[in-house]
Amino acid sequence: MSEPRGPGTTPEVRDPVAPGEPRDLVVVGAGPAGMAAAVTALDGGLRVVLVDSGAAPGGQFWRHPPLTAREAVPTDGLHHGLGAYRALCAALSAHERTGRLTLLLNHHVWTAARDEDGFTVHAVDRGRAPEERAVVLRAPALLVATGAYDRQLPFPGWDLPGVLTAGGLQSLLKGGGVVAGRRVVLGGTGPFLLPVAAALAAHGAKVVAVCEAAAPSAWLRHPGALLRNPAKWAEGARYAATLARHRVPVRTRTAIVGAEGTRGRVAVVRTAALDAAGRPLPDTERRIEADTVGVGWGFVPQLDLLLPLGCDLADAGDGTMAAAVDDGQRTTVPGLYTAGETCGVGGAALAVSEGRLAAVSVLTDLAAPGRPGTRRPAADHRAVARHRAFARAMARAHPLPPAWPAWLTDDTPVCRCEEVTAGAVRSARADDAAADHRQVKQLTRAGMGWCQGRMCGPAVHCLVAARDQPYTPAERLVATPVTLGALADSAEPASDHT
Amino acid sequence: MEVVVVGAGIVGAACAFHAAAAGLGVTVLDRGPVGAGTTSRGEGNILLSDKEPGPELELARLSRDLWDRAGEELGPESLELEAKGGLVVASTPEALGALHAFAARQTAAGVRTEAVEHVGDLEPHSAPGLPGGVHYPEDAQVQPVLAAAALLRAAVRHGARTHTGEAAGAVTGADGRITGVRTADGAVLPADAVVNAAGTWGGEVGRRLGAPVEILPRRGFVLVTEPLPPMIRHKVYSADYVANVASSDEGLETSCVVEGTRAGTILIGASRERVGFDTSMNPAVVATLAAQACRLFPFLRGVHLIRAYRGFRPYCPDHLPVIGPDPRVPGVIHACGHEGAGIGLAPGTGALVTAHLLGRPWRGADPAAHTGLLPDRFLAPGGVPQ
Repeated sequence: MSEPRGPGTTPEVRDPVAPGEPRDLVVVGAGPAGMAAAVTALDGGLRVVLVDSGAAPGGQFWRHPPLTAREAVPTDGLHHGLGAYRALCAALSAHERTGRLTLLLNHHVWTAARDEDGFTVHAVDRGRAPEERAVVLRAPALLVATGAYDRQLPFPGWDLPGVLTAGGLQSLLKGGGVVAGRRVVLGGTGPFLLPVAAALAAHGAKVVAVCEAAAPSAWLRHPGALLRNPAKWAEGARYAATLARHRVPVRTRTAIVGAEGTRGRVAVVRTAALDAAGRPLPDTERRIEADTVGVGWGFVPQLDLLLPLGCDLADAGDGTMAAAVDDGQRTTVPGLYTAGETCGVGGAALAVSEGRLAAVSVLTDLAAPGRPGTRRPAADHRAVARHRAFARAMARAHPLPPAWPAWLTDDTPVCRCEEVTAGAVRSARADDAAADHRQVKQLTRAGMGWCQGRMCGPAVHCLVAARDQPYTPAERLVATPVTLGALADSAEPASDHT
Repeated sequence: MEVVVVGAGIVGAACAFHAAAAGLGVTVLDRGPVGAGTTSRGEGNILLSDKEPGPELELARLSRDLWDRAGEELGPESLELEAKGGLVVASTPEALGALHAFAARQTAAGVRTEAVEHVGDLEPHSAPGLPGGVHYPEDAQVQPVLAAAALLRAAVRHGARTHTGEAAGAVTGADGRITGVRTADGAVLPADAVVNAAGTWGGEVGRRLGAPVEILPRRGFVLVTEPLPPMIRHKVYSADYVANVASSDEGLETSCVVEGTRAGTILIGASRERVGFDTSMNPAVVATLAAQACRLFPFLRGVHLIRAYRGFRPYCPDHLPVIGPDPRVPGVIHACGHEGAGIGLAPGTGALVTAHLLGRPWRGADPAAHTGLLPDRFLAPGGVPQ
């Protein structure tokens, strides 16, 4: 597929769909939302390109080893809703055989732009890494289902090898059957810590403590949303049983407040009980021997492709901003849709329903002639409402403890890429009146390194912004690192003035 | 004398720095934090190399000296001031001839230039076969937001105040002279003079003060790579850049400027587009800049781009900044329209504005020597001199 395609493209720019064949929809992200959206759109008669950076469809929730390694690395026991996943995979395969679906795995989208005819999605194909080839996709409609990533809060020692995100531990397990440590302490807040703990324990790790910052009574303040989601109760009960079987202690109102290392790796985790504001209570500190730490303070919606396209945001209720959508998952930008965690973190079942709703909207808005009648989405609307209510209740039950910065010393690194300390961030606020993470970045370099603030952004935000102001990530015009060579090869000679 | 400086970008900070040092009462008014506009969107260029002899080069030479003095006073580290030098390279023998002729005129105007026969001697990782170039040892760099913050802090040490808010209009006395600045929240800041250092918003601020000037946006993208060990020593750019800076073409122009930073990243600028305040991403521009940078430095092909940012350069129709008193509203002094040169020209602008306020030369800035920058040029019959 690397032959020239006419004026304006160089041989290296690969348009993986046959030339002249129009596409109706590009879906970025093949997790639960993107898979469900693609299948619904395909069922409705659209021609779809589904793009994902991973080696297999599934996203983070249904992360699997590459097909070639599936037999060697059994991971079925780690998953929920595998029936739904397999049905979506089968439907995608069937549509791929008809030629209406182009599934592009190992493709990393670095930007998307809007023009009169729709959207241009720019990716690089890393299927034969380290080779990188530029790929440009065009369609009148774009659906962004890029999910979310772990929210991290720093603590002294969090830059030691062996300190990972809870999501990172889980994806090592799901994607490669890797149990990242022998003695593991998990900490943070939110229901996600439990499946990670259960999975690690079931796969042979000794989970020596799960530190949940919230109080156990927090859930009881919102019984309605919980009672309407019995599946969530059942899931929780299964984790509780697994944790009990492996004698994993879950300590509530407790946080990891420090880690210490020997020989370049974490060796001791310090935990403490928290008061109502989240401040460590005196004389409650414990020292726990561990070689691995997993930290998760909920998730941050991955908005990198959406923000530069100009779509409005809304307060997600969990301290983050998410994409603002109508009840059909339309963003405020015409032709641009988003579904799943980008609209506020709420889990895979919600993402699947939102993905289907988004696809129905695309079908309606494109009004594809001769397409079969779209399914009435009332059931999905109800499911979305129920899951969103549950997610809001979870967010209220698992807030970031407002006093968490009390754990930091002035020399605790906040931005690990650029080695910017909490003291430097505090000085930027005190001396130069920096009141947002963008200004702190300009003054201190926090957030200017490899991860571009994806790790430290929420923490820097908490250190300088007004309390209760939700975190809006920095606008990132380049959503993933891409080599200048691949970009250069995609340059159109017509616009080159040298 | 009380002076309100509208704008806490690099130019406003430099105006406050010099005016406060001269003993004037200064209040800096901005709706946002220091350096949050175009100041934070550039590379921090302090260039003589791209300027042809004329009013802008005269201001740039003054400004270059004043950057050194600011570095001595505030500490070069606080500004990340680095006299790294510029290297302009030609890609063809014809372009080299034109570059040498340009450099000869600059030399006559007082700029230090050195012909470079082998580009590889100065930049070992540059592409082989480049016919030659010109080295400009005076070209330098600052980190613009740090520099603006340091200048503003120094101004505050000299007694300046900062005020968060937006300029809504001028308050004038019976003689039509400025007596204060009204802010959007209804407050009035007493002032004998107001400095319009609002950068890209300078046109709007001028209008609100009753002294409109035409300031237009010119969009630019800058690319940032992953951090690397030092690979590029100078500000390296193609001779085409000079032509593009001075150009008035509507469409896209790119001619890349490549340089390393202290943090190890490599910056690649700078496209020029007249698209109003359109903030959208233009992947074609990014790709073109990448292609040009890879032609100058082939090793960049394997280097990752990790960030891109864009900003809007504030320019006047004749591509010269507008600096000096506005005859229509006594007390209004403009200090905007610096296009892509605002960082480099900031201290000179601050000193020149201070000289206008004092009515006498200040730190080498003599208003009589910079009459080509006065707003009068737009008010003469016939408009902008061509």
